[in-house]
Amino acid sequence: MKHLWLNAYADIIESLRARWFMVYTMVFGGLVVVLFVFGLAESRIMGFTGLTRLLLTYIQLSMAILPIFVLITTVRSVAGDREAGVFEYLLSLPITLSAWYWGKMIGRFLIVFLPVFLAMVGAVIWGVIKGVEVPWPLLVYYTLLLMVLAWCFLGIGMLISTVARSSDVAQGAAFVVWLTLLLFLDLILLGVMIQEQLPAETAVAIALANPMQVFRTASMMLFDPQLVVLGPSAYVILDNFGRVGYMVYAIVYPVVVGTLCAAAGYHMFKRSDLP
Amino acid sequence: MIQFEKVRKRFRRHLVLKSVDLTVDRGHRLALVGSNGAGKTTLIRCLLGEYICEGRVTVDGMDPRRHRREVLSKVGFVPQLPPPLRMPVRQLVHFAASLCGADPERMNHVADRLGLDVKHFRKQPFVKLSGGQKQKLLIAIALGRDSELLVMDEPAANLDPEARHIFFKLLAEKKDTSAMIISSHRLDEVASLVNRVVEMDQGEIVLDDRVADLVELSSRLRCRVALIRPEEAFAKAISEWGFEGSDDGRVWEGLVAGPDRLRFLGVLSRYAALLGSIAMDEAEAPVTGHA
Repeated sequence: MKHLWLNAYADIIESLRARWFMVYTMVFGGLVVVLFVFGLAESRIMGFTGLTRLLLTYIQLSMAILPIFVLITTVRSVAGDREAGVFEYLLSLPITLSAWYWGKMIGRFLIVFLPVFLAMVGAVIWGVIKGVEVPWPLLVYYTLLLMVLAWCFLGIGMLISTVARSSDVAQGAAFVVWLTLLLFLDLILLGVMIQEQLPAETAVAIALANPMQVFRTASMMLFDPQLVVLGPSAYVILDNFGRVGYMVYAIVYPVVVGTLCAAAGYHMFKRSDLP
Repeated sequence: MIQFEKVRKRFRRHLVLKSVDLTVDRGHRLALVGSNGAGKTTLIRCLLGEYICEGRVTVDGMDPRRHRREVLSKVGFVPQLPPPLRMPVRQLVHFAASLCGADPERMNHVADRLGLDVKHFRKQPFVKLSGGQKQKLLIAIALGRDSELLVMDEPAANLDPEARHIFFKLLAEKKDTSAMIISSHRLDEVASLVNRVVEMDQGEIVLDDRVADLVELSSRLRCRVALIRPEEAFAKAISEWGFEGSDDGRVWEGLVAGPDRLRFLGVLSRYAALLGSIAMDEAEAPVTGHA
């Protein structure tokens, strides 16, 4: 275990000095700043005001950009490190492959989640200073949702990095995965498929299997408990899960997907050539 | 200590190692030479357990892939190209020392001997060091612990003459208790360091020869070179070896590490027409102590 945490710490130190991390931090930090600058915390739209309104917007934007950021930075840095000879050297040190792989995963998770979380904390501190009411239950649940979304796509990223032997291939594959999941959101292809008389069960099954849609539905559920915006498919979700059940599912499912993908990546990693 | 038995490695359709058999014992200092694509790096990666291969590779009877920690804790590895690590120097030393169960101060001490003050560079990212400084640090990490097998790819390529001499001294301290594999494109770069030469070509061992082990790794030669006339290009070349010239630039004096004598004569040969006389004498007794 000591080696696992040692490697996680080393990965954090490496990432903190990487250019991608600076860009990544600036994007999420900048997002919150921009939302404040445009006065979103003071605006009232559809009855949502203050920090609730800001967090809703932030979480919807995060859904679009967090997965692609996590995927691209993970595959670029992991596959890039392999190409640059970092693996060749560090894996010549006496560390077990499990401590290496899972240490990297944990270190990377902390590093991708931290800026997103800190941006939210920054928003809350700003809100408190301004005397705005802080929606704590919403904040805690959104934090959990972001956490599991980051874990899910990190797991997918680690799997892609292991399978693809070059950073170019890994980057292309990551983009295709993200685009496919994005297309199967209710806003895009899934919406079109429903319009074309796709059976409701199939549409719901796709929606439940797509971690990005699961995240979107769960984030909507907090301000729209009856999921009115989803239309009839909301009945299938609410009948089968119930509100609390779905909220739990939205936390557990991405963790399972991320862990399974990472475990599949590890399985292949330890049975293949390392550098 | 090391046993390669019928080792084959294939990348898709390309067979890179063709049934390699090789045994290396403690005390062997082996030069692994061959042109690009000969299979040297692949062989080393199989030895480090980084590649999966057919056949059998063992270090003290253990498979480096299955017993990674046990095997790699004996191995000090210096790659040809330093990895572009962004972690600070101090962090890298502590990371490596913690994994190896070694004392980071011992690694710092070796780096110090090689002329790299780790404390001065402790906050600097490894990737920002110069080529020579990176090489010194990687050597310090490999030698500043109880490694019984040293695997080095062109280890002295970026070192200045003084650091090369210290490096050879450090190798001399380990020569009886360790096995060494030194990979190089050119035999003359490593010839004086080794007592065995293995040449590879297209995935096969084409030569496995013992060589005379007469040069003490830690010895130094006092040299005096006189020219028939001063020459700027020569002055520049010999200054890189730490030589000092007379006022008129005709006579140059300095020390050359024993194992570097062939390289040094190689440099002189480029200016053969200028040479008036050359004198080389054993200057220092070989080192027998340990780090």
